[in-house]
Amino acid sequence: MDWLSIFNLALGELISPITAVFVMCAIGLSVHFGYTGLLNFGQAAFAAVGAYGMAISILTFKVPLLGAVAIGLVASAVFALILGIPTLRLRADYLAIVTIATSEVFRYLMTTIGFAPVTGGSNGLSQFGAEFWAMNPIPVGEYALGPFSYRHDQLFIIILAWLLVAVCAVLVWLLMRSPWGRVLKGIREDEDAVRSLGKNVFAYKIQALILGGLFASLGGMVFVLNLSNVQPQSWGTTITFMIWTVLLLGGAATVLGPIVGGMVFFVLLSLTQGIMSGLVDAGLLPFLTAPQVGQIRFLLIGLALMLLVIFRPQGIFGNKKELQFNG
Amino acid sequence: MANTENQISVGPAAPGCKKVDPILIASGVRRQFGGLTAVDVAHVEIPRGKITALIGPNGAGKTTFFNLLTGFDKPNEGSWTFDGKELAGVSSYKVARLGMIRTFQLTKALSLLTVIENMRLGAQEQPGESFLRAFIRPLWSRREAQITETADELLKRFKLDAKREDYAAALSGGQRKLLEMARALMSNPKLVMLDEPMAGVNPALTQSLLDHIKQLKTNGTSVLFVEHDMHMVRHISDWVIVMAEGKVVAEGPPADVMKDQAVIDAYLGAHANTDLGDVEIGGQKETN
Repeated sequence: MDWLSIFNLALGELISPITAVFVMCAIGLSVHFGYTGLLNFGQAAFAAVGAYGMAISILTFKVPLLGAVAIGLVASAVFALILGIPTLRLRADYLAIVTIATSEVFRYLMTTIGFAPVTGGSNGLSQFGAEFWAMNPIPVGEYALGPFSYRHDQLFIIILAWLLVAVCAVLVWLLMRSPWGRVLKGIREDEDAVRSLGKNVFAYKIQALILGGLFASLGGMVFVLNLSNVQPQSWGTTITFMIWTVLLLGGAATVLGPIVGGMVFFVLLSLTQGIMSGLVDAGLLPFLTAPQVGQIRFLLIGLALMLLVIFRPQGIFGNKKELQFNG
Repeated sequence: MANTENQISVGPAAPGCKKVDPILIASGVRRQFGGLTAVDVAHVEIPRGKITALIGPNGAGKTTFFNLLTGFDKPNEGSWTFDGKELAGVSSYKVARLGMIRTFQLTKALSLLTVIENMRLGAQEQPGESFLRAFIRPLWSRREAQITETADELLKRFKLDAKREDYAAALSGGQRKLLEMARALMSNPKLVMLDEPMAGVNPALTQSLLDHIKQLKTNGTSVLFVEHDMHMVRHISDWVIVMAEGKVVAEGPPADVMKDQAVIDAYLGAHANTDLGDVEIGGQKETN
């Protein structure tokens, strides 16, 4: 078993663009759930709406990249309004049901053959990234970064993705120390009390839903630019639950939580994959085959999430004091 | 009541009587839950600058009436005005902004916010509560300082200043009642509506709560409160409204209402003036 390559691979996940994508989605979810108390189980759909919004604008409507990004973000905001207006006046659990259903509806709409000329159906869309990659200011070549070596285009998207993460985190930090953030936290605790103090709770919930959705949509765009294609099956409920794991791992109502949570999650995922495949190859796990390892590690992640919620519900960064009284 | 200086009602006290200077006037407010008519108030006026108690047996519709007036529930029909403004169909947060702030029977302290943050949330006109302005601190920091000053004064008055940085969840039940009342005062309301302010408060805190409510009146705030504690009603209220089965059945100064034999028997219980211990002993004697 090649320990060095296993650790190197795991370490690489720390700054991989995919980690950044999940971090962005988790930051959005922290605005929804951690600060406002909205149970959104459709975060993957917010990412997908952004990704499809951008890709379709470029391919079908020949919009330049920045315009396409803007259209993706507007689509995400509209999606939040469609979800929020009927459900945010109701109790929190209704939003949970509606989001999980809507995200599946969106995924199936994108798969439908009828829309295939625009959405690409189940094959999805590709070749929308030319303008993006042309924007890369980094000269062609290989760049060493510690033990890793990246091509110029890989380096470009890594830097861009983490810059976006930084922007999202700073925005959340600024907002949550402002009176606006205070109202959100009040709504999380008891929305009737906040209403009785003269705050338009519904408007705040809509704003929070849109904001958190925009972060996820940015993440979705980075995700598809990195993969160079957008496919409906990338946005299943599994993705939503992985985002939840990242969020809960780090701490739901914290700024740094989603970032560290994302890093820890993907490093662990890679480590378990590497170590278990190694053990299977060495014949130390005779009851497992190599393809099963991929499934087993998600099982282990699920177990880890359960243990986490039971023994450290506040996550890595959460304030223990905040949870002690929580009854 | 011959004393014209303290005159509250126009003419003799009777259910639905006109007040000299009403702050809240409700007419024909009816709320039905299926076949049950929870509230059916023909006409009632709440006097300005006074402490008004709303009493009645359990299920009389007091809290429902509160919810209707403050926009937390919608009546089947009816209209009411607050300070001359029509309020029927106005959402609850707008009602609060007009200066009519309520508290809840089950205390709604925002547990995972600190005491001082709870207080700050009660303030109005903080520009930093709008999304775009929240990003730019200089736009709201001055107002925040004013709000904090008001909050600290109120906390001192309510003897919660030592708990300033604690989470509201760490307060005792009585302290949460105090916090909720103090928070309601942050916006300097015209009318404070307290839903059972004494429920669950230990006797040591009762007196200070009573003093706070009396002080509200001194500061010119009108108070309407729902209460079961007859001692409190007698002690601090200027006017008592009795509800039963959704209707206003009696009104008047506390001394007169308490003397009204029909009210005592029907709505306060025949043992309103006896110590509860005596009643229990009496009951036991009967069963023995």
